[in-house]
Amino acid sequence: MEKERLVSASPHLSDAESIPKIMYGVVLSLLPAAVGAVYFFGLKALWIMLIASAAAMASEAAVQAILRKRITVADGSALVTGILLAFNVPASVPLWLPAVGAVFGIVVGKHAFGGLGYNPMNPALLGRAFMLASWPTSMTVFTVAPRGGSLCGIDPATISALQIDAVTQATPLKLLKVARGVLANPSAADASSYASYAKAVGALYDSYGNLFWGKVGGCIGETSTFLLLVGALFLLYKRYIGWKIPFSFLGTVALLSWAFAGTDGLLSGKPLFHLLSGGVMLGAFYMATDMVTSPVTFRGRLLFGVGCGVITMVIRLIGGYPEGVCYSILLMNLTVPLLDRYTRPRILGEKK
Amino acid sequence: MLRKRAFSGGVHPPQSKITAHLPIEEVPLPPQVVIPLQQHLGAPAEPLCKAGDTVKIGDKIGEAKGFVSVPCHASVSGTVKAVEPRLHPLGGRVLSVVIDSDGKGEVASSVMPDPDYMQRSAEELRARVREAGLAGMGGAAFPTHVKLSPPPTKPIDTLLINGAECEPYLTADHRLMLEQPREILAGVQVIQKILGCKRVVIAIEDNKPDAIATMRKAVADTGERYEVMSFQAKYPQGAEKQLIKAATGREVPRGGLPMDVGCLVHNVGTAKAIYEAVALRKPLVERVVTVTGPGVRTPKNLRVPLGTSFAHLFAHCGGLTEDAGKIIMGGPLMGIAQFSDEVPVIKGTSGIVVLTQTESRLSDPLVCIGCARCVDACPMKLVPTHIQTLVRHERFAAAKEYGLLDCIECGCCAFVCPAKIPFVHLMKYGKLKVYQLERAAGPKSA
Ligand code: SF4
Ligand code: SF4
Repeated sequence: MEKERLVSASPHLSDAESIPKIMYGVVLSLLPAAVGAVYFFGLKALWIMLIASAAAMASEAAVQAILRKRITVADGSALVTGILLAFNVPASVPLWLPAVGAVFGIVVGKHAFGGLGYNPMNPALLGRAFMLASWPTSMTVFTVAPRGGSLCGIDPATISALQIDAVTQATPLKLLKVARGVLANPSAADASSYASYAKAVGALYDSYGNLFWGKVGGCIGETSTFLLLVGALFLLYKRYIGWKIPFSFLGTVALLSWAFAGTDGLLSGKPLFHLLSGGVMLGAFYMATDMVTSPVTFRGRLLFGVGCGVITMVIRLIGGYPEGVCYSILLMNLTVPLLDRYTRPRILGEKK
Repeated sequence: MLRKRAFSGGVHPPQSKITAHLPIEEVPLPPQVVIPLQQHLGAPAEPLCKAGDTVKIGDKIGEAKGFVSVPCHASVSGTVKAVEPRLHPLGGRVLSVVIDSDGKGEVASSVMPDPDYMQRSAEELRARVREAGLAGMGGAAFPTHVKLSPPPTKPIDTLLINGAECEPYLTADHRLMLEQPREILAGVQVIQKILGCKRVVIAIEDNKPDAIATMRKAVADTGERYEVMSFQAKYPQGAEKQLIKAATGREVPRGGLPMDVGCLVHNVGTAKAIYEAVALRKPLVERVVTVTGPGVRTPKNLRVPLGTSFAHLFAHCGGLTEDAGKIIMGGPLMGIAQFSDEVPVIKGTSGIVVLTQTESRLSDPLVCIGCARCVDACPMKLVPTHIQTLVRHERFAAAKEYGLLDCIECGCCAFVCPAKIPFVHLMKYGKLKVYQLERAAGPKSA
C-alpha cells in the first residue's frame, strides 16, 4: 500500500517564470516596433524580419543537430536574436544580408561559445557588427525615406520651404555631425553653406515630433521611440528588464550630449535630440539589457549603462561613425565578468 | 508608519494560508507513537527504557548526553514495544522508542504545576527548560536551554519573539497566538527573567492582523512594555538574521550568532513550551501541526502527541487526494520531502504540506541566462548564480569567498530562477565540500 512519493531538495514551490516565457515576452514587446517598421518602410521590412528570424532559428537548430545537443530553438531566444538583428539593418539592404548576419550572430556569436547563457556578447549586435564591417555601404547608406517623412526627420514641406540644400541623403545624426563641423569653424566655410547648415540644424531641432513617432530614416526597427517605449514599458512592468541599465545608459547620453554635442560650444547640446535619434532607445531598452550579456549586480548594472552611454557619445562625437550604440554595447559586454566581480554586493553582516 | 519593516531581497510566494481560520483541534490518540531519540541539533539522547516497560505521559525515556542535547519523554501512556532504529523525517533511520498506547492518556506524577515558578532562580528555570526536552519549534530545532545560556561576554539586550510564520500554508503559530496569547507571554516573562534583557519585540507579519491585535491586547493586560511589531509579509521574514535586521537594524556578522549583536530569537511555540516547562513542569510531549496543502482533503490545525505518524494525521484529515504527490515536513520553501508517510511528528514539525503531483513535478534545469532575479531575491545579498557556477566547477574555496557559507538555504533564488537551477541542493553540497576540505587541511592551518 506504500505509494511512491516524489522527493527532491527544497524549495518545493517556484514561480511561473521560465526561459521561454521570458523570451516570448521579449518577442511580444518587439511587436509594436515591428508593425511600425512595416508601416514606415513597407513590406520589404516584413521580409527582412522574416528572413532574419528564419535564418537565426534554422542555424540554431542546425548547429545543435550537428553537435548532437538538445535542440532548443523553441525557447524563443533565437527568434529574439533574429528580430533584433532585422531591426538593425536599413530597409535598403539586399535580402540575403540579414540572413548572413543572423547566421553569423547565432553560429559565431552564440554557439561557438557554448550556446544560450555562455555567449559573452549579444549575438544580434555581433551579427550587425559583422555586416557593418563586411558590407559597409549596404549598412550605412540610407536611401529609403519613411512613409510621410524624410530621411533626416525634417518635414519634407519645411525642407522645400526653407530651401536647405545641406539636407540631402543624411540621417539626423549624420546631418548634425557634418553641421557641427561646419558651424564650429565658420572661417573655413563659405557663407552660403554656413547659413544653410545653421538653418538645417534649427529645423532639425524643431523635428522632435518626427523623431519621436518614427518619421525619420534609419534602421527599420530603431526609428520610432514611441513604439519602442510601448514595448519597453511592458518589459519593465513584467520585470523582464530592470530600470538600472536603460536609465543609466540614457542618462549618460543625455548628460554628455548636453555638455559636449552642441553647435555653440560647451553645454549647448540638445539632450533630447540625441536620445531620440539613432539606435539609443533600441539599444538601451532591448540590447544593453540582454540578460546573458549584462551584469547581474546592482552597481554592475549601473556602471554598465554608464559605460554604454559614454562610449556611444565618444563614437558619435569624435569617432568615424555618426552612430555608436552597437559598438558601445559590444565593448561593454566584454567588461561584464570584471564588473560583476568588482561590484559584488556587501553580504549581510559583512564588514567593509 | 511610512516604511514597512522588512529586510531587503526576499520573495512573495502565494500564501495559501487555508487553515488560518481553523481552531486547533485535538487529534484522536494514535495507537502507537515512535519517538526518535534525536530530534534536535547536537548529540542524540540515550534510551532509558526497554521493550516491555510501561510509561505514562511525561516519563523520561531518553537522557540527554552532553550540553547540546535534550532528553525525550513519552507522549502517550502504554507499553514500550521496541527500542530500535526507525525512519526519521530528517532522513535515514534513528534509534527510536516505540510505544503502544493503552488509550488512557495517563500523565506521570512528575508533571505538577508550580504556582511560584517566577520565584525560582534563573539557573533553576534554565534547568527545567532543559529537563523538559525543549528544542526550537520553528524548524531549526536547536536545544532551547543552550540559546538561553549566552556567555557573560555577550549580554542580550533584545529578545525577539518570532511569530512571523512566513512560509506559505503554515498557520500553527498564527493559531497559537490567537488561542494562547497569555501562555506565550508568560513564557516570554520567563525568558526575560533568565536573560535579564530589557527590550522585548514580538514580531508578526502584517498578513495576520488578528494575531497582531490579539497579542497587543494580551500585552496590555500583562502591563509589560513589550512591543508587538508588524512586519511586511515576505519570505523569509522569519529567518533570524532577516528578522533582527528588520526589527533592530543590526546585522549579525558573517559566521556569527544573534547574540553577537545582543539579540536572541525564540519562536512563539517555544515561548509557550517554556511556560509549560517551568510553570506546569510539563515536558515537551505535543505540539501544534498544520496539516494542509492541496493534497489533503480536509486541512486542519492539530494538537498532536510527538511521535504520531503522518499517516495517522492524514487519516484524521479525510485522507489524501488521488493526485497527492509530495509530502513535505515544514513549509514548501524550506521543508523536507518525505519518502514515506510512516515518519513521526518531531519537536520541529511545524507543519505537513502535501502538494499535488502536478505541483511537485520537476522541470529540467537549464543554464543560467543571467537574468539577475536570484541576485535581487537573495536576502543575504549573495550573488547566487556565481556561487552555483563555482560549486559546479568544484571551485569550493572561491565559492566560500563569494559567501557560500553565508547562504541560509532559504531557496529564494531557486524560487525565482527561470532556468530552474537546483540552488539549495548545490549550496548544501558545496558547504559539505568546504567543511570536508577544511577538516582535511585542518591540522596544517591550525
Ligand atoms: S538559498 Fe542562499 S543563495 Fe539562495 S537566496 Fe537563500 S541565502 Fe541566497
Ligand atoms: S535567477 Fe537563474 S537564470 Fe537568473 S541569474 Fe539567477 S541563476 Fe541565472
